[in-house]
Amino acid sequence: MKKKKIGLTFISTLIIAVFSIIALMPFFFLLISSFKPGSEMIRNGLQFKFDFENYRLVNYGLLGTERDGIYIKWYINSILIMVLQVGTGLFFSSLVGYGLAKYRFKGRNLIFGLVLVVMMVPVEILILPLYKEINSFNMIDTYPGVLLPFIVPATGVFFFRQFASGLPSEIMESGRIDGCGEFGIFFRLMMPIMLPAYGAMTILLAMGSWNAMVWPMIVLRTSEMQTLPIGLQSLLTPYGNNYDMLLSGAVMSVLPIMIIFLLNQKTFIAGMAAGSVKG
Amino acid sequence: MIKIAPYIFTAPFIIYFLVFFIYPITQTFWQSLCQQTGFSAPKFAGLANYKLLIDDYFIMAVQNSAIYTFFTCLILVPLPLLLAVLLDSKFVAKADAFKGALFIPALTSVVMAGLFFKYAFSSNPAALMNTLIARLGIPAQGWLEKRLTTWIVLVVFCVWKWLGVNIVYYLSALQTISRDLYEAATIDGANAWQRFLHITVPGVKPTIIYVLTISIYGGFSMFAEAFTLFNSARTPGDIGATIVSYIYAQGFNRNNFGLASAAGITLLLGVLIINIIQLSITDPVGKSDT
Repeated sequence: MKKKKIGLTFISTLIIAVFSIIALMPFFFLLISSFKPGSEMIRNGLQFKFDFENYRLVNYGLLGTERDGIYIKWYINSILIMVLQVGTGLFFSSLVGYGLAKYRFKGRNLIFGLVLVVMMVPVEILILPLYKEINSFNMIDTYPGVLLPFIVPATGVFFFRQFASGLPSEIMESGRIDGCGEFGIFFRLMMPIMLPAYGAMTILLAMGSWNAMVWPMIVLRTSEMQTLPIGLQSLLTPYGNNYDMLLSGAVMSVLPIMIIFLLNQKTFIAGMAAGSVKG
Repeated sequence: MIKIAPYIFTAPFIIYFLVFFIYPITQTFWQSLCQQTGFSAPKFAGLANYKLLIDDYFIMAVQNSAIYTFFTCLILVPLPLLLAVLLDSKFVAKADAFKGALFIPALTSVVMAGLFFKYAFSSNPAALMNTLIARLGIPAQGWLEKRLTTWIVLVVFCVWKWLGVNIVYYLSALQTISRDLYEAATIDGANAWQRFLHITVPGVKPTIIYVLTISIYGGFSMFAEAFTLFNSARTPGDIGATIVSYIYAQGFNRNNFGLASAAGITLLLGVLIINIIQLSITDPVGKSDT
């Protein structure tokens, strides 16, 4: 019986280990290749052989110097857009989600139904009319152009509504008795209780913003305004002469998230899973 | 004040919904009925765009999206469930570390991951995948030059990226199943497979439906992955075309807004039908209404 258990443990761990290795393989290869001349990978693809002769740190130095430090600009742009997107997204979605959860009013079910509809429609369908709309606002190549079409994230509204539904309404009652206005109740009493929800949503929204590609690619036209994903993607032109910073740039763009993830694995997984809460 | 407050709380969504949802959708619908190129004035043309839509390029895009969606669902619904059960079973040593490792692909941008898949599946015989299949006696492939192998690369890409996330969904669903059920079944003589089939699967059924829905949704709206692999919305012979890359290419590369909008409305209808079916099964509104 004991032998059987050891056998099962071995096989189960082996299966999981194989899938884990596959999951981590791309990072390993990109990290290794990031020390080699970039044109090597473009020409020959990623390879198994590890000749440490051509290895150099200069690829990482290029990130600060190439094209007047364009990579640093992309980094700053990505951080700025992420901060703005997470800040506005948290504010608006918690406001709406709380309103839907804690008040009984005419049209409440209708509005919640509309939130579900927005969640269901792939935003990719709307890229053309959204582009024209943002263009008519003269917001092409600006941060507001990137932010506005996602300023009230429906997933966030849904999530905050679910979370706030579970909070005791007595707190609101006692707030009213103490003479607090409805907004005072939200900002001073309810917001602090909703902190765990803000934490989970921060992770979800920050990940989405940091890695977003399609919409920023449509709106941000000049290289100086672009974010990391589209900036890196733009290096892949057939006539490119910046291949050396492609992989080092990719590695550096994912490193901060990896570190934050490894330090807060449980919170992170809970945050990402928060997007799936139903019912 | 209590009477107006909820309307002020929900006003941002209502404004957002009108400006960035209803308006663009009605625009798309209107434009799908018009002949228009560039920024010239649209001319009403009835269903002409929908008739034009049925060409080789669009059919290719729909086929690619459908096949991609089918195979990603086929793998990404059952496989993560089995792995989650294993991770949950106490038979896996260091399960938490593995959970972290499996989850890491979800943290990366499509661009970063696309770099790996583009060059690991390079047509060079010395590249990663070609050397791997050479050991199995399969000749080197020009992976992104043929339709079948392009599907394989895209499905592998998708499974790699989302496997860990789906495992997390299933793991949290598994925690809701009472351990007593398993014990009772074991006493009644049910083997591991029977327990899986009759306790685990029904227990995580809502999550199975949820994972299936997001997989279908993600499958039909896939674009970024194909874009990073080919670095363009158009691909030679349209082997990497998807419904959304069709919309993007017709709209932004060819300025053919009518056709792009007709494709968008078609995709919208498809997604809505799938969602209505899903909602009628799970009913999240009724269940969570407090």
